[in-house]
Amino acid sequence: MGKSVVPAIEGWFTSGAKPHLLGSQCKACHTYSFPKEEMYCKNPECESQEFDEVPLSRTGKIWSFSEHFYQPPEPYISPEPFEPYTIAAVELDKEKMVILGQVAAGVASADLAAGQEVELVIEPIYEDDEKVHTVWKWKPVAS
Amino acid sequence: MSDKEVAVLGVGMHRWGKWGKNFVEYGLKACRDALDDAGLAWKDIQFVSGAETIRNGYPGYVAGATFAQALGWQGATVATSYAACASGATGINAARAQILAGMVDVALVVGADTTPKGFLAPNPGERWSDPDWLRFRLMGCSNPTYFALYARRRMEAYGATEEDFAQVKVKNAKHGITNEYARYNKEFTMEQVLASPMVADPLRLFEICATSDGGAAVILSSMEFARKHKVDPVKVVGVSTVTPTYPQTTIEMPNITTDSAAVVAAPVRDFKDSIAYAAYEEAGLGPEDMSLAEVYDLSSALELDWYENIGLCKKGEAEELLRKGETALGGRIPVNASGGLACFGEAVPAQAIAQVCELVWQLRGQAGARQVEGASAGITANQGLFGHGSSVICSK
Repeated sequence: MGKSVVPAIEGWFTSGAKPHLLGSQCKACHTYSFPKEEMYCKNPECESQEFDEVPLSRTGKIWSFSEHFYQPPEPYISPEPFEPYTIAAVELDKEKMVILGQVAAGVASADLAAGQEVELVIEPIYEDDEKVHTVWKWKPVAS
Repeated sequence: MSDKEVAVLGVGMHRWGKWGKNFVEYGLKACRDALDDAGLAWKDIQFVSGAETIRNGYPGYVAGATFAQALGWQGATVATSYAACASGATGINAARAQILAGMVDVALVVGADTTPKGFLAPNPGERWSDPDWLRFRLMGCSNPTYFALYARRRMEAYGATEEDFAQVKVKNAKHGITNEYARYNKEFTMEQVLASPMVADPLRLFEICATSDGGAAVILSSMEFARKHKVDPVKVVGVSTVTPTYPQTTIEMPNITTDSAAVVAAPVRDFKDSIAYAAYEEAGLGPEDMSLAEVYDLSSALELDWYENIGLCKKGEAEELLRKGETALGGRIPVNASGGLACFGEAVPAQAIAQVCELVWQLRGQAGARQVEGASAGITANQGLFGHGSSVICSK
């Protein structure tokens, strides 16, 4: 029997063919947050404590990116042996925010550029004896 | 002219390195040197402002009291500040506030650290609500990740090159070669830097600052107290410890997202631009008045961002400033004459205080081989994670 596949963190993203990050939108001032806001709205002009959960745009444009060649410290759970990975900072147009994420497996850093369109995918980030843990990653949109 | 001036009566440091000793020893050495430099006795100090280290247990959390006890309890009041890399500036500001409020005449500010090897890692345990922990667990986002994202952005937006980043390291290594407090006194060639292993593309091993042990201290006093003790001291004329203004639209350590600018427009000044701006405002001085700057080159590329953040040039022009040699010793506005973090490595709670020590030596004309000729005013700039600005302006 295969390992079960679970999100590395609950409630931050959906799965399926068109996954989304799950953010929040303030019921009073409509500002977006990710991760979801649960206490006070971060807008200093707003005192709201009520938020709607909203799916965030699942595509955005690369602001910057970097491929990593050294194993970071815990709590990162690295494959053995360590495999280089790339992190991208992606701008979401509608929400006007930047969200970091690893770049999807198999995408070469040399094929990335600022301004490039990417979409959200859900991929494994680490596994233990029983489960594969998944997280969001950014993948160039096929043109 | 600033109406918030305080005098710097003394400065002292323990050499940066990997000495493996208790952090208290480094701080004590710095305190003793600063007291000697000021010509004051420990018993003259009325307030001890400690910058906290979070890697050395309880004594580190209560650094102010730890140093007061190590010097011998004499009843001085204490406070301890933590603002990550900005802790030293926050400690200076705490001391300055007590002096300007007339509560004390003379204060000691001290920070020291003993650091572990390698990457700075978050605190242990499963901490699912701590962004500093989550960034590692969810995507392996280390401190160099952020430095690399900023560096790559400069390449994409402004045409910075790998050679530019290497040149910053070459420059700073040359500056620090005779600095007796720096951990590294070693020149590097462009070829050596570019041949060092890639850590987080486009940044290489020799372009990312190490973590170091070290200690630094300054003694501040009211201008009135200074007049009685010393002729014409260097003055602190501006201190900025500002936080960001919502929405914070630049990705910042340790966050994995920025704020959203969809509803509230981004502020006129980006956070890092606002740090030095507040210090200039308070000092009544501008970038054109500065003779030198000490900025936080956690990576060589980050130094270029700071040129723009502290107003030495417009956005996108930092590479030109560097290439023309204007930020090297002998240039228009030497940056990191001390050698910067490239030569020191970072000792978190001591670093912002060490930046001020360098300004003071430079403004007194005591910087030896790395002296900036005719230095009359200088600025430090730095930023602590979780939104801590840090900038200090000193003038003659």
